[in-house]
Amino acid sequence: MKCAYYPGCSLESSSAAYDVSVREVADMLRIELLEIDDWNCCGATEYFSQDELTAAAVVARNLALVDPQLDQLVAPCAACYLNLKKTDHLMAENPKLCEKVNQALAAGGLHHRPGRVRVRHLLDVIHTDVGEAAVRDKVVRPLSGVRVAPYYGCQVVRPFTDFDNPEYPMKLDELFTWLGAEVVDYPAKAYCCGGHMTQISESQAFELIRRLLQCAASRNADLIACMCPMCQLNLDAYQGQVNGHFRSNFSLPIVFFTQLLGVAFGIEAKRLGFGKEIVPAETVIRDRLGLPELSNVPQT
Amino acid sequence: MITVPTDRRDLTFLHDVIEEAPGGERIAHCLQCGSCGGSCPNGPDMDYTPRALFALINAGQRERVLSANTMWCCVSCYACTVRCPQQIPITDIMYALKRISLREGLAKGTDAPALARTFTGLLDRYGRSFEFGLASRYYLLNKPLAILRMGPLGLSMLTKGRMSLVPTRIRQLAQLQAIISKARELGGAA
Repeated sequence: MKCAYYPGCSLESSSAAYDVSVREVADMLRIELLEIDDWNCCGATEYFSQDELTAAAVVARNLALVDPQLDQLVAPCAACYLNLKKTDHLMAENPKLCEKVNQALAAGGLHHRPGRVRVRHLLDVIHTDVGEAAVRDKVVRPLSGVRVAPYYGCQVVRPFTDFDNPEYPMKLDELFTWLGAEVVDYPAKAYCCGGHMTQISESQAFELIRRLLQCAASRNADLIACMCPMCQLNLDAYQGQVNGHFRSNFSLPIVFFTQLLGVAFGIEAKRLGFGKEIVPAETVIRDRLGLPELSNVPQT
Repeated sequence: MITVPTDRRDLTFLHDVIEEAPGGERIAHCLQCGSCGGSCPNGPDMDYTPRALFALINAGQRERVLSANTMWCCVSCYACTVRCPQQIPITDIMYALKRISLREGLAKGTDAPALARTFTGLLDRYGRSFEFGLASRYYLLNKPLAILRMGPLGLSMLTKGRMSLVPTRIRQLAQLQAIISKARELGGAA
């Protein structure tokens, strides 16, 4: 299948590991991702906090730039996914807003008709469209013995609930079952990571991060697999500061779900962005999978 | 408990919120059940939980609501929105309250507006977000002492190749800026 691809700003920098692993895995699963030419930032939560019309217009430029031949758009980042989907819905439900957004877009020679492009998260495409049989078929190195805690975060499963349960989602759990991993069932899997609170109010953010790490660690997770750059950054890069704050000693690698998919598919680890985590994932992957070292993972 | 005689209620504020928030009219259906505050990861830190805030909006307590920290505690996890038995789009209402509060200059006691302005200022300028620019500018202007603590983290992000010191610009920056200017000129989205 062919889909437009919106990587988003984080995937260009802090979450480059997500971008490379998404592209490798999509390639393997025959999902052709065609990057939107000259896409712009979705504004995260920051534009909608200030000016709704400008926020929607900034997002809509990306929707308008989708190749007219394509009717599906994939965004791996939770915040980008939600903004793209939310803007399309806002425009569909509010004709007055839709008209103004299109007046703004017209200043740049663009137009967007809501509903033309279906905005989807990559997990949905892999789980629903590729499906169990085709995923299992690609597994050459089952993740047996690796205790994976799937972490959904917020914005992929809420407020839009069309592909998973907002309270207790299961799609990522199921995907890891197909990969042969030991899936850790833990109640915090769709709890908030604190979002931008790490920048605004550390004590609030650190408690939310601690709650998640604690919940997964107490169930003997080897690592947490996430699908949002903000979640990954908060749980990985701030883990040391959280340990300092609470005098805890968490050492839980936080990887993107696509990195583990890639490992199971036999893709060479260095092509999956491993090594960019602050809390290293190498030991877990090496010990649990009995691999000599990540860089020597055989290619298929 | 705040009591306001119903016949002296000022409904203009409620109408302003409804005007600004898509689906805001659902506020009138709030049952005061408290599922929102109980679901909120930052509920314990709020001046008023959403439930209490809606009661204040219904009572016309404009300044009290707009200077509360409630909406600035909201990180858009949407837990309240999916749980509300009355289908009140609570997260979207929090966004609307942030916007009204900023417009009326009543936001206080939070660095969230500064972060938001720095973030979108960079977006307007480059078309992409710029993490190093955001972090350095925001911390320098708002939390200079935190730079000492953030330094080692920034350094490891740099050495891991996860942060660039130079911004990425989109090619059609003029097009994006024309769209933004037009949107600003058209004003209020409702």
